[in-house]
Amino acid sequence: MIERTTRTLDERSHTAPFGFKALRYIFPDHWSFLLGEIALYCFIVLVATGTYLALFFDPSTAQTVYHGSYAPLNGAHMTEAYRSTVRLSLDVKAGLLIRQTHHWAADVFVAAIALHLMRIVFTGAFRKPRELTYYIGLTILGLALLEGYLGYSLVDDLLSGMGLAIGYGVALSIPLVGANLAALVWGGPFPGDPAFWSRMYIAHVFLLPILIATLIALHLFLVSSLHHTQFRGGRKTEKRLVGVPSFPGQAPRSLGLMFAVFAALFLLGGLVQINPIWIWGPYHVADSTNGAQPDWYLGWLIGALRLMPSFDVVIAGRTLVPNPFWGGALLPTAVFGGLFVWPALERRFTRDRHPHNLLDRPRDAPRRTAFATAVLTFLFIVFVAGSADRAYVLMGWSYATQIDVYRVGVFVVPVVSYWLAHRICVELLRNERVEASRHAAELEAEQAAGGG
Amino acid sequence: MPPVSRRALLAAAAVVVALLAANGLAAGGTGDAGGEQVSLIQRGAGLFAAGCSQCHGMNGAGKQKPGPVGGVNNTAGIGPSLRGVGALAADFYLRNGYMPLQSPYEQPRRSRVLFSERDLRALTAYVASLAPGPGIPHPDPAQGSVSKGLRLFTDNCAGCHQIATAGGYLPDSVAPPLEQDTPREIAEAVRIGPNLMPKFSKSLLSDRDVDSVIAYVQYARSPDDRGGWSLGHIGPVPEGLVAWFVAGIVLVAVTLTVGRRIA
Repeated sequence: MIERTTRTLDERSHTAPFGFKALRYIFPDHWSFLLGEIALYCFIVLVATGTYLALFFDPSTAQTVYHGSYAPLNGAHMTEAYRSTVRLSLDVKAGLLIRQTHHWAADVFVAAIALHLMRIVFTGAFRKPRELTYYIGLTILGLALLEGYLGYSLVDDLLSGMGLAIGYGVALSIPLVGANLAALVWGGPFPGDPAFWSRMYIAHVFLLPILIATLIALHLFLVSSLHHTQFRGGRKTEKRLVGVPSFPGQAPRSLGLMFAVFAALFLLGGLVQINPIWIWGPYHVADSTNGAQPDWYLGWLIGALRLMPSFDVVIAGRTLVPNPFWGGALLPTAVFGGLFVWPALERRFTRDRHPHNLLDRPRDAPRRTAFATAVLTFLFIVFVAGSADRAYVLMGWSYATQIDVYRVGVFVVPVVSYWLAHRICVELLRNERVEASRHAAELEAEQAAGGG
Repeated sequence: MPPVSRRALLAAAAVVVALLAANGLAAGGTGDAGGEQVSLIQRGAGLFAAGCSQCHGMNGAGKQKPGPVGGVNNTAGIGPSLRGVGALAADFYLRNGYMPLQSPYEQPRRSRVLFSERDLRALTAYVASLAPGPGIPHPDPAQGSVSKGLRLFTDNCAGCHQIATAGGYLPDSVAPPLEQDTPREIAEAVRIGPNLMPKFSKSLLSDRDVDSVIAYVQYARSPDDRGGWSLGHIGPVPEGLVAWFVAGIVLVAVTLTVGRRIA
C-alpha cells in the first residue's frame, strides 16, 4: 500500500526520492531522543484545542454584566473576554474539557521542552554542527513561555489581571526604555488601552503559534538533514549511524508516543481541574487575591522577584534601575543569554572545534555536567522560592526564614552540587578505567594460561 | 517572660473558681435571674484573674508593655485593655481558642478550646461587664446573597484570605483559611479586626453585607466545582506539581517503554 501511495505521489510530484529517503531515515535507539517528540505532540494538542476555544472566546474588554448559568457571578461587572471564557467553560459542550486540556498541554509542553533541553545540554548534543538547531530550540522555548503567559492573561480573571500587573511593573523597570516600552505595548498606563487585548490575542492565536510552528519545522528539518546524534558503543562511529529506520521501526514507536501524549493530556483535562476561573472571579484594577501564582514555567521569575533583596539603583535622586528589573528582566535575559552563548563558550574553553555526531554521556564531560547541574539547582531553588507563601500557609514554615534560607542556598547549593556532580563523573570514569584494565588483565591471564 | 502553659493557667483558674464557688455556697447562693448573672460575672472575674490578667491587667485595664514590644505594627507583646470590647470580642477570642495565648508574642491561632461552656459564658459576661461594648452578633447568612458576597469578598477580603478562602501569607503572620469559621465568628472578626485584619465599621460593611460575605464563605467551602479533582482551589502551584509528577512521569515512562530496542 505504501509502495502504491508513493508511486501515485511520485507520478504527480516527483517526490519519491524524498519519500524513500524519509522512510529509510535512521533513528537511534534511546528513550531520551523521544522527549522532544512529547513537546511536538503537546503542540499539536495546543493548536487543535486552541482552535476550538477560539470559536467561543471573545477577546474584548467591553464591559458587561453577567447573567448566566453560574449563579455566584450573577450581576457581576466583567469584560466580554472573561464572560465568554466562563461561558465556554460552563455552558459550551466539551468547552471545559477542551480548555483544561489546552492548559494542561501548555504546562506539559514547556516541561517536555525543559527535559529535552536538559538532555541536549548534558550530552553535548548542541556541539558543532548542531548549534543552529539548538538556537532554534531555545527560541521555541522562549516563545513558548511568552505564549503561555499571554494565554494565562487573556482570560481577564483575577489571576490574569494580577499577572499582567506584575508584567507591567517589570516592563516599567527596564532602565531608560521601560516607561516607553510599557506605554507602547499596553497603549497607556495599566491596565492599558482596549487595543492591548487585541495585541495579546493576535499574538497568542496567530503570530506566536505560526512562529513556533515554523521554528519547529526548521528544527526538525535541521535535525533530519544533519541526522540524529547517538551514544557511543557497538558499531556506532562518528560516520555510521545505528538505529531503526522511520518505517517500519520508528513510526509505530512515535505514533504510540503520540497517542500516549494525547491520552495523558485529555485524561488530565477531563479529570483534574486546572485554573477554575469562575471561582477566581473577574479582575478589576483594585482587586487582588493572596497567593496568586503564575503557571509553573514562570515560577522562577516570581521566585527571583521575591529573593532579590530590596534595592534600586538611584543616581542623583533618580531611580535608574528599579528593583523588579533584577528578578523579572535581568534573570531571564541572563539565563537565555547564557544558554545561547554556551556552545561558543564551550568551543573556546575546550578548544574543540570538531564536529560531533557521537554524544557524550554526562560523565564524559565532568565540567560541563557539573556546571549544568549547578545552573539547574540555582534555577530550581529560585523556582521553589516562588511558592514560599504557599509553603508558609500550608506547612507553617516562617516566610522570612524561608527567604533567608533560599537567599543563602541559592549560592551555596549550586557550588556544592557542582562539586558533587563533578566528583561523581570523575569517579565513574575512574571506575570504568579500572574495570577496563582489570578486564584486559584477565584476558591476558586467560590467554597466557591457554597458551602455556 | 517565660511562656506559661495553658494547662497551668487553667488549673490556677479552676482553683480560684472552686474557692469562689465555695464562697458563693457559704453565702447561701441566689435564685433569681439577675443574681445568676451576677454570679456568672463573679465566676468570670475569678477565671479572668487567674488566666487572663497576666497580660490584660487586673480588671482588664490592659498592660501596655508587659515586655519588649515587637512584630508588625508593634502589636506583639501588648496585652490590650478589654474595656469596651464587649461580649463580641470576648466571645470571638475564647470560642475559637485564640485565647489564652501561651506567649503574647505569637499570633493567636485557632486551637482547642479548653474552657467549658459555662466558663466561656462566665468570662464573656465578665468582659462585657467591664464597660459598655458591642454584644454578640447574630448573623443570618440565609438573608445574604452569594453573588454579592463574592463581590464584597473580592474587594475586601481576598487580598489576604485568598479568593477561595484558602488563607494566605502576610508579613510575619498568616491570614487564616476560613474553612472552619462559624457565621458568628466571621461576623465578630469583621467588626474586631483581629491581629493585622482591618476593622470594618457598619458604614463600610452593613450587617446585611456581612450576611452576604458569610454566605459566600460558606459557598466557597464546596463551590459549584467542575472539571474534576479540584486541587484545593489554590491555583498553579499544585497544577505544576501534577504537570511534572503525573504527566511528566507517565510520559517519560512511555518513552522508556517504546524507546527500547525490541529486536
